Formats: sequence, C-alpha cells, structure tokens
Amino acid sequence: MPQYSAFRIFAEGLRGNTGWQPAWRKARPKPRYQVVIVGGGGHGLATAFYLAELHGIRDVAVVERGLVGQGNTGRNTTIVRSNYLLPENNRFYEHSLKLWEGLERSLGYNVMMSQRGVLNLFHNDAQKAAYTRRGNAMRLNGIDAELVDREGVRALCPIIDLDNGRYPVMGGLLQRRGGTAPHDAVAWGFAKAASDRGIDIIEHCEVTGLLVEGGAIRGVRTTRGEIAAAKVGLAVAGHTSTLTAMAGFDVPIETHLLQAFVSEGLKPLVDCVVTFGAGHFYISQSDKGGLVFGGGLDGYASYGQRGTLKEAEHVFATGCTMIPALKRLRALRSWAGVMDMTPDASPYVCRTPISGLYMTAGWSYGGFKATPASGWCHAWTIARDEPHALNAAFTLDRFREGRALDEKGAGPFPWLQ
Amino acid sequence: MRIPCPFCGPRDEVEFTWRGDASVQRPAAEAGVEAFHDYVYLRRNPRGWTQEWWQHSAGCRAWLRVERHTMTHEIRKVEAA
Ligand SMILES: Cc1cc2nc3c(=O)[nH]c(=O)nc-3n(C[C@H](O)[C@H](O)[C@H](O)COP(=O)(O)OP(=O)(O)OC[C@H]3O[C@@H](n4cnc5c(N)ncnc54)[C@H](O)[C@@H]3O)c2cc1C
Ligand SMILES: [Zn+2]
Repeated sequence: MPQYSAFRIFAEGLRGNTGWQPAWRKARPKPRYQVVIVGGGGHGLATAFYLAELHGIRDVAVVERGLVGQGNTGRNTTIVRSNYLLPENNRFYEHSLKLWEGLERSLGYNVMMSQRGVLNLFHNDAQKAAYTRRGNAMRLNGIDAELVDREGVRALCPIIDLDNGRYPVMGGLLQRRGGTAPHDAVAWGFAKAASDRGIDIIEHCEVTGLLVEGGAIRGVRTTRGEIAAAKVGLAVAGHTSTLTAMAGFDVPIETHLLQAFVSEGLKPLVDCVVTFGAGHFYISQSDKGGLVFGGGLDGYASYGQRGTLKEAEHVFATGCTMIPALKRLRALRSWAGVMDMTPDASPYVCRTPISGLYMTAGWSYGGFKATPASGWCHAWTIARDEPHALNAAFTLDRFREGRALDEKGAGPFPWLQ
Repeated sequence: MRIPCPFCGPRDEVEFTWRGDASVQRPAAEAGVEAFHDYVYLRRNPRGWTQEWWQHSAGCRAWLRVERHTMTHEIRKVEAA
C-alpha cells in the first residue's frame, strides 16, 4: 500500500505520476468474519480502523451497498467543531476534534483538516445570552470559545452586511479550532488506513437481512451471499430504521432530507465558517474556491436524496440577507442527503436489543465532525460489549429514562430539531 | 410535490405543513409509561409507503391523512382527518 510524502510526490512528478497504486484494496466477501460493519461511510470505515488499531480486531469486513463515501460522508458541508452546550455532547465532540487534530498522522493520509474557525452570529440580546452561556459551558470543559463583538465579526469576515435592515449583527461566538476537512479525503483516509490493517472493504454489497437466532446476531444476508459474524455494527446513517426493521425492532429515528449547495469558484472571500442566526444559513469556502452553503431540513420524511425548491429558496434568500454580494453569484450544484434525525438531535452509539448487534446512528445533520470519535466509541463498544464513558449517554433507552440530550430544546419532534 | 386537498384540489407543497407519522395511536391515559414511550418516540420510518398528517396551513387549514411514498414522494390517498 502506498505511503505518501513530499519526496514521493516530487519523484512521481518526474515519472509522470505513473507509479501510484490504488489507496486501498477492494475485497470480495469471505464466508465468515469476527465483525461485520454495515455501511462504508466515514463512520463505518472509522469503526473498522479503530477496531484494528486500538483493539487488535482485524478479522473485519465493511460492507457497502454502493461505493465508499457516496452517502452522507460525500454529501456534507465538511464543518468540524465542538461548540456544544450539554456536557455529554461537549465532551464527546471535543474528543472528536482532538482526534481530527491528529488524524493525518494516525491515518498516514492528508485529510486537509483546516482549523479556520467557526463563527455563529447573533442578532439580539436573547441570542447573545444563549451563546454566552454556550461559550462558558465550553470553556468550563476546557474547550476554546470567544465572544466577539461587531468589530470582531467585521475583522473575521468583512463581507457580512452587519447593518442589514432586518437582522443587524450584534456579534458572534467563535471557536477558532473549528473548521473544515474535505470529505472525500476523510473517507479515503479511513479506507486506506483500515485496508492497510487487513480489513476487507466490500463495495456493491447490500445487506438485505440480519441473521438473528435466539436473540443474538449470527451474521448478515447480502446481495453477495450470507456472511457469518459474531458481531455486527450498523453505520448506515439515514437507513438505520430499514436495518433495525430486519431485526424486528423500531428505533427513535425519522429520515429527513438536508440539502447543500456550491457556487462557482471564486478568489478567497469567506475565510472562516459562518452561521447566520436569523434563519437557517451557513457558509464556508472550499479550497477550490466554491462557496459551500446550506440551511435546514426539508420539512418532511424522505429517503429521496434529492431536495425541494422550497428549502433552496429559503437558503438563497437568507444567504443574500447575510451577504448581499451573493446575489451576483450562480449556484453550480445542489444535492441532498438522508439524515437519521432523532427526537433530541443527539446520537446513538450503543448496544441494541439484539445481543452482538451494535449501532452508531442518529447523527442527524451534524455527524461528519463526529466521524473519528463515532468510530472510536463504536469500536470500543463492539470490542468490549459495553460503552466507553464518552458514549455511555448515547443510548436508545434514554427517552424512556427521561435522559434526553436536547441541545436545542425543540422537544420530541425530529423534524424540528 | 403536489398534494390533492379534498377541499381545494391539487396544491403545491409550500401550502402545507407536515405533522409526522399518522400510524401511531395515542394510548389511553392509564396505558403506562411503556405505551407512551413507544407512542412519542418509536417510529417505523419506512422507505416506502407511510401514513402521515399534513395541514393545508396556507389554504383551507384542514388536517389531512396522507398516504405517501418516502422514496418517490408519490401520493396515493388523501382524506380529511
Ligand atoms: C447536506 C448535508 C450537509 C451536512 N453538513 C455537515 C457538516 O457541515 N458537519 C457535520 O458534522 N455533519 C454534516 N452533515 C451530516 C453528516 O454528513 C452525517 O452525519 C455523516 O456523514 C454520517 O456518516 P455515516 O458514515 O454514518 O453515513 P454515510 O456516509 O451516509 O454512510 C452510510 C452508508 O451506509 C450505506 N448503506 C445504507 N444501507 C445499506 C445496506 N442495507 N447495506 C449496505 N450498506 C448500506 C450507504 O450506502 C452509505 O454509504 C451533513 C449532511 C448533509 C446531507
Ligand atoms: Zn385545502
């Protein structure tokens, strides 16, 4: 498997780039594995990588119905941050951000992590108080947070219309260590590192049934035959309910659409990630120059992976309020992914009612930043059959026990989260 | 997507507000915590045909029970709730 270095790039340049090998090995299914991970997105690949790297479990297959990284992993807006309020989320996402900070070294792959800062704007006193509280909660947990005033916002992102008629900007909450990481690099980095450690990545292999005997998992039925496994981990994002239905139980998840958009390429214009506080809109600029932006959910349950015009209009209108210069741009592409929305917008990384069946799910619209820690905690839970302290609160039972982790306080309505 | 309102005829989706799964039934008041947990939180969430509540909020304001496909967005049945 290839190793990457500055010298290698230089040498390959001289040889017309003819010496590169595929970054990872495409495998065929074997009849039996110790662990099968369903879903070849970032979370599934990260689970496999950490199973091998930290728990010495290498007899693992990742089965993906399409191509690696073409689910939400390849559809998100690449924002990475740990600016949460509740201690359980706060600690988990900070663990994730720390893993991101060392990811290139652990994977041997350039994931192009860019800590360019994440700025959440506020427009009134109540929002300012809420963001101040959140910033304080972060700092109490040792996470960086700064409250910036109007002049601070102007310095960070001069193109924002601070005095726009309806929603003048008062300031913002800034996490400087937040930023972006191109999603394809992340998927490929985890795939390469997992494959290097002997893990089989099997594409075009859809799981169509879960083999359960006496309340315990025995393996999976796929479009490429049955695969036996002592343990199975689900990492299928918006499709989680379709998998748990195969094992005969329902979960607190509803599948909803989230769209994103990219503009034509520009010179550097937006240096950090900015979120608008008076409507659903956020924006950053990719290394290629395109402005990448998005908003809220589409409003009703769907597995369609295509967005509606209604939400697109809202996103464009809100964007032009925040940055009027956007009116002169054209959107190049738009797309949608299917979100595993939970009643409190917090995830599940846990055991399930079936012994030997685990899941990392319910990541809603914010699971990209969780990719390393989701894999890390899922691998721990699978290897030891019990959660790590970092994911102990992320259970399927928490609503029954009155322990919802509702950051937003939006109530038990997944589509409003 | 267009939803055929039984009172107003086929109208664009922007006129409607979604209000979730219509297949779950509110349990009797004394049914206990388990029954209420399942009612409030557990969802079938199928990739296929579903029953859901929609309100024609920017129209006649009637509540509707709609049978819709979550993959194709095809609608095969609409009735007043
Ligand atoms: C438009 C958009 C913007 C977003 N922006 C952000 C952001 O800025 N920051 C952030 O942190 N998060 C963001 N997210 C959320 C983030 O993308 C997801 O939470 C995260 O990528 C989920 O990762 P995953 O690996 O679980 O899912 P996926 O990458 O979707 O992987 C699941 C895989 O499972 C496969 N699968 C499904 N069913 C089966 C089956 N039966 N058999 C085999 N394989 C199956 C799918 O093909 C898929 O490849 C965004 C999402 C979208 C859609
Ligand atoms: Zn009507």
